[in-house]
Amino acid sequence: MILLWIALLPLLGVVVPALLGQRERALCTCLTAIVPAIALLLTLSQVPALLDGETLRFSAAWLPELGLELALRLDGLTLLFNLLILGIGLLILLYAHFYLSPEEPYGRFYAYLLLFMASMVGIAMSDNLILLWLFWELTSLSSFLLIGFWSHLSEARKGARMALTVTGAGGLALLAGFLLLGDIAGSFDLNVVLASGDAILADPRYPVMLVLVLLGAFTKSAQFPFQFWLPHAMAAPTPVSAYLHSATMVKAGIFLMARLHPAIAGSELWTVIVSLVGTATLLYGAWFALFKTDLKGILAFSTVSHLGLITVLLGIGSPMAVVAALFHILNHATFKAALFMSAGIIDHETGTRELKQLGGLKKTMPVTALLTTLAAAAMAGVPLFNGFLSKEMFFTETVATPVLGGLSWLLPALATLGGILSVAYSLRLVYAVFYKPARKAPPKTPHEPPHLMRLPVEILVVLCVVVGILPGLMATGLLDLATQAVLGESFDFYLSIWHGVNLPLMMSIAALVFGTVMYWRHSDLRQFTQTFVGVDARRTFERAIVVLGYWAERCVAVVEGNSLQRYMGLLLFSAFVMGVIGLAQITDLTGTLGNQPVDAMALLGAGMLIFGGLATAATHRYRLISLLMLSVVGLFVALTFARFSAPDLALTQLSVEVVTMILLMLALFFLPQKTPQESSPLRNVRDILLASALGLVVASLNYAVLTRETLSISDFFIENSKPGGGGYNVVNVILVDFRGFDTLGEITVLALAGLAIFKLLNRLRLFIPHSDGEGRVWSPDRYPAILTSISMALLPLALLVSAFIFLRGHNLPGGGFIAGLITAVALILLYMARGVEWAQDRLNFPFQPVAVVGVAIATLTGLGSWLFGYPFLTSAFSYVTLPLIGTFELASALLFDLGVYLAVVGATLMILANLGKVTTPHRPMLEPSEKEADTPKPNKEAR
Amino acid sequence: MEMLYAITTGVLTACGLYLTLRGRTFPVVVGLTLLSYAVNLFLFSMGGLTTDGAALANRDGHFADPLPQALVLTAIVIGFAMTAFVVILAMRARSEAGNDHVDGKKEIRE
Repeated sequence: MILLWIALLPLLGVVVPALLGQRERALCTCLTAIVPAIALLLTLSQVPALLDGETLRFSAAWLPELGLELALRLDGLTLLFNLLILGIGLLILLYAHFYLSPEEPYGRFYAYLLLFMASMVGIAMSDNLILLWLFWELTSLSSFLLIGFWSHLSEARKGARMALTVTGAGGLALLAGFLLLGDIAGSFDLNVVLASGDAILADPRYPVMLVLVLLGAFTKSAQFPFQFWLPHAMAAPTPVSAYLHSATMVKAGIFLMARLHPAIAGSELWTVIVSLVGTATLLYGAWFALFKTDLKGILAFSTVSHLGLITVLLGIGSPMAVVAALFHILNHATFKAALFMSAGIIDHETGTRELKQLGGLKKTMPVTALLTTLAAAAMAGVPLFNGFLSKEMFFTETVATPVLGGLSWLLPALATLGGILSVAYSLRLVYAVFYKPARKAPPKTPHEPPHLMRLPVEILVVLCVVVGILPGLMATGLLDLATQAVLGESFDFYLSIWHGVNLPLMMSIAALVFGTVMYWRHSDLRQFTQTFVGVDARRTFERAIVVLGYWAERCVAVVEGNSLQRYMGLLLFSAFVMGVIGLAQITDLTGTLGNQPVDAMALLGAGMLIFGGLATAATHRYRLISLLMLSVVGLFVALTFARFSAPDLALTQLSVEVVTMILLMLALFFLPQKTPQESSPLRNVRDILLASALGLVVASLNYAVLTRETLSISDFFIENSKPGGGGYNVVNVILVDFRGFDTLGEITVLALAGLAIFKLLNRLRLFIPHSDGEGRVWSPDRYPAILTSISMALLPLALLVSAFIFLRGHNLPGGGFIAGLITAVALILLYMARGVEWAQDRLNFPFQPVAVVGVAIATLTGLGSWLFGYPFLTSAFSYVTLPLIGTFELASALLFDLGVYLAVVGATLMILANLGKVTTPHRPMLEPSEKEADTPKPNKEAR
Repeated sequence: MEMLYAITTGVLTACGLYLTLRGRTFPVVVGLTLLSYAVNLFLFSMGGLTTDGAALANRDGHFADPLPQALVLTAIVIGFAMTAFVVILAMRARSEAGNDHVDGKKEIRE
């Protein structure tokens, strides 16, 4: 449980600054800091258990069917990272308190910072690959917010976008790699994965998986060739740089490589890729750090270089190399965070970070000068500092490893070169800022920062020195635990300053001497590099993004090209290809079942359907005729349903047919009556061919299915219809009971369509034709007398029928859908026969609430079963006997069906009545004042 | 019978698809409606063609498959909602664009 709290606390802590907002600043900082401080204490409280050799784990099911568990662990590696993340995070909070100016939204800043902290802690503690990936993505997102915090700066926006693109793309590769890894290991549980290292290495998918996982790690840890985003992320406020780019974000990739070490390291492929990429990064970063003139730029490139160093060590992969890697993670985090914060202090107090404008600050900022010098000495690997120890271990390992076979001497040589460069840039950083006389005065008169702002730097520098002098006492315990977690077994090692005169010591001395020389000859080197044309990573990146966007648009243009016809054509063509591929795999189109004999009625029906379909298509330019032909098809479809034992469908189709035709007629009134001849003959032939080809595919498919035995689950429904659902009409019981949830969704869609139409009709500009397609003026007879009188007589009858159909629906063909449609048709008939004015006076209420109430009743009926402890939409029924009427059944499904009924009536009327009303003053309109804007013609009313 | 049914479905599909490839909104709406008839017939037939077998559990004899029927029933109603939405979208498009071309273009060939 404590593990859960450690992981959860920073996440909950996000709320604290977010709620406090711009309140009293010191209070905000203090309250925000409490949360990670507790998490840190909780982590430390677990150390005794860890020392006993335990690995603490916590697990709760989340989505077990996907292999996702809320599984956390705390072992030595997690402990190391948690200390870094939470410890340095606290120092950063203190530092940020002084760094940000009071006008800035620091509440938001702290919230982002804690969100980032929470996701880093999540990565360190995850005991499940998918969970780890989730936090991994969360760090990408929250770092985007942090890097782009000064969103008014174009640089910050671009830098944030670049970081997000690179790390996000790497995250996707990582997900693919994790899925493969989980598949190979048989589980996403980290324990299982770590234990099945041999099986993973032996799997043929191993190389693909390794490359994908490494892509994720390399992008995050800014390894060559993905290093370019990190220097541009320096547009962030300095506390962010100090946190993300020293201790946390960029270490996530390193962490991943260390965490998965037992599972995926150990192959030749791993050693070669990781150590070579690491070496390239080490040299690349160090070389460019030497020529940057921006303080943070130097630090950014040196971070890239140090990350390369750690990567090389992990690539070498011997137990001692792992110890060195972990040790350097710790050391780099301390001195680099200190240096970043010093750079921020210099920036804060002088107003610039440009080396050209700085110099001689030793006089005005003596303490900061001392601190920075000490931290830089650690970075350069000067003896008696922590950086020296891990760098010497690094040299030792490069000498010892046989990674490159006969060329293995190359690695120590390159490592020494890296060491030389790192001495040179460290020296340059310190000397140019503090000791060299200033060439220009900085924008502000420099002075020492407030002591509390310097305090985090002081703490970190003291750590650098103490660890450097007493490594055995200070670091062995922690490193021992972490190494044990990475290697899976304990490994004895001994940290000391003095190993005697040996090759690594020589390499260190060479690095110091030649590094000093290199800085001394720095101006020559700079002239040499200036002969090369520099590549601006940001411009290249932005251009790549623009090119990508251009090609994406071109692709879309080819497929869609602003033409629905072309798009439809391509869609149908691909459907045709898929259908043909599917059909080609059937050996015999006719299945085992023979044809049933054809009777005359069926022949007639089929003939009418085919005729109606062809006529609809053939006459489509004469829209009214085409519509009439369509209604023939609709009618015969209803008859087809009746013929093949689907009375419910026949009733539904019939009533839907009526409302559809009224709707389309009404809409046609507002649209052109004829379609102009505009398709070229070629296009017509093409369309006919395409449509016929698809028709053939559908017919063949249909025939193939119809002549084959099918397995159906319907026996269950038929058997349980009465005992389970309380009704004999299986179709209705399926609708309101077995598959009630589907129906609920369906009526919701129906009501939504009604609402959407209501909105679309709102303030619609109308084209009201004066005459029909043939130029005849509309008939002046307003409402035919016969229709008027019959509709009046019909209304109560129709309502009675619909009530009857509704009530019997559970046992005989009928039900809410059909009854609702009948009611709607009856009411619409009234509108048609009497006009909107007349009907509006008598049906003076909006239909939207009817539909909404219908959906609500259905939903509440479903929820009601919760009250009795049953799952959603469980139905109950009993029998009631009423005098005169007899025994009938009362089921909760009936109430559900009532909801369906109301939803159908409401939605249908909302669609049709509102459409009919658009020519009248009752038309849907948001603001009544719009009425004058386009007053419809007074003598035109709904048909 | 099965072959006749399949041919009918195929013809209706072809006619509906031909209309959806037209360039004006109203024929496309009619085409979609026709297509939804064809699709409903197709789906309905997935349970086989049964004569005199309405799925009423208090009857004896063989039953038509009720499941495709239930699915098609809601499909019919949803199809109506879809048609209504599309046709009113067409009206709205005409009112916004001034013509009833599916791409909202000005007349090209006239």
